[in-house]
Amino acid sequence: MRRARRVADEWLPAIVVFVAGVGLWEGGVRAFDVQNFLLPPPSGIVQTLWEDRGQLWSASFFTFREAVGGFAIGCSAGFLAAVVLARWRLLATAVMPYAIAAGAIPIIAFAPITNNWFGVTGMTSKMAIAAVLCFFPVLVNTMRGLTSVSPAALELMRSYAAGELTVFRRVRLPSSLPFVFSGLKVATVLAMIGAIVGDYFGGAPGALGVEIRRWVGIFAFEQAWAGIVLASLLGIVFYGSVATVERLTMGWHPSVRGARSE
Amino acid sequence: MSESRPAVVALRGVTKSFGAGGVTALQSIDLEVQPGEFVSLIGPSGCGKSTLLRIVGDLVEPTAGEVVVNGKSARQARLDGDYGIVFQDAVLYDWRTVARNISLPLELLGWDRARRAQRVRELLDLVELRGFENHHPWQLSGGMQQRVAIARALSFSPALLLMDEPFGALDEMTRERMNAELLRIWERSGSTVVFVTHSISEAVFLSTRVVVMSRRPGRIAAIVDIDLPQPRTADTREDPRFFELVTEVRDRLREGGLDEDRTAPDEGELVGEEAP
Repeated sequence: MRRARRVADEWLPAIVVFVAGVGLWEGGVRAFDVQNFLLPPPSGIVQTLWEDRGQLWSASFFTFREAVGGFAIGCSAGFLAAVVLARWRLLATAVMPYAIAAGAIPIIAFAPITNNWFGVTGMTSKMAIAAVLCFFPVLVNTMRGLTSVSPAALELMRSYAAGELTVFRRVRLPSSLPFVFSGLKVATVLAMIGAIVGDYFGGAPGALGVEIRRWVGIFAFEQAWAGIVLASLLGIVFYGSVATVERLTMGWHPSVRGARSE
Repeated sequence: MSESRPAVVALRGVTKSFGAGGVTALQSIDLEVQPGEFVSLIGPSGCGKSTLLRIVGDLVEPTAGEVVVNGKSARQARLDGDYGIVFQDAVLYDWRTVARNISLPLELLGWDRARRAQRVRELLDLVELRGFENHHPWQLSGGMQQRVAIARALSFSPALLLMDEPFGALDEMTRERMNAELLRIWERSGSTVVFVTHSISEAVFLSTRVVVMSRRPGRIAAIVDIDLPQPRTADTREDPRFFELVTEVRDRLREGGLDEDRTAPDEGELVGEEAP
């Protein structure tokens, strides 16, 4: 009971802000007679979300799969690259400056090109964009995590005559987890952006990005907005699932301890 | 020193310099530690006492000289698990509970679960942490964390315990309590201890011998035998002989070049503590 009360107290302000925001939006659009192509009212968007749910859902889910596929490929590659670079430091000093610089490149600019490389209508070209976007934050964060182990922790393992693989498994990997997860959480957002923007430059009919562009073209603004809302919701779910996995695997971590109720 | 019992640690002409032709941290250190001894290394910051401890543990390579631990090379002794080590920071793994931190060396040695659990129970009793086995390190105070680190170092019953300023980060009260506990553990485990500190009173209270080191390059300035009766108790700290020995160690430190630099950060601690 007391816990439910506390949760309610914690969330109440945010809920009030949400309701007020949506109310203001609805009221504003009606009061000032805002044109539909500028901003449709929330009630219209919600109505469309319900009426066109089949088409909207299949479009969103298609693009979501592009994002998740790209996320899986990019994060795995970034993680493995970090493991290799953390092990062979000379290689890291040669490569890391470029990796960090590449992280600053607006990779989205390559979207039209990846369409040429991997085909316009397939999922592959969008996954490629999403994967490249995910690669760098995971690489850089994992690298930092694997190499920021305290010297004393390594000396301790050396005193036990522990082999390199043991040190990796028992010390480097667990102590890098907080860094890895912050990379993964950034990557979920980037993967969604990559997939949708990839669609904008041409993709499979029925992909969300393609549909949003098409709806805007035929003045179906409620549909376009409904698509944007769904994409946002899926993005939040994606981020939330990774954050949940983080919490489950790192119950020991002081940062997670603070988030728990006891 | 009797020739019949082989030394646990034997250092001959141990020298360490850092970098090519760089700073000489340690110069020609000769030292033998006999089984069952409690030897403290004391000296100002930068005298190489921690480096010397790490050389014994084969965590740092000496530039020259011979290091024999338990009758073999330092490297072989490390590979054989002949010593346990405790650092100034407890160096506990946050993702492991107290029990699993203590049993880490046993896991690496391939002990089975039942045997590990049995041993962890014994150690929790030894360091008086029964009831905290499922806590995580960040739920413990600094003194409790250090007791976990000591239990971990003793878990596989090494012949030698190396301690690098293990209580340096603790407050005075906790430190004195930990000193008493360490002596109790030392008596019960029968192991040999090499202990690095920069507190004179701590060194005198704990040790059978105090090795006084001089400032860079680190050398042994003097070795003071501590003839205070065993077991040491709170009364030991009020024994007139205790104060004489504290004074003697302090004088040896001065001769070793301490007063060349009165602004040394550990000067305050080196002056020693008054009786409670």
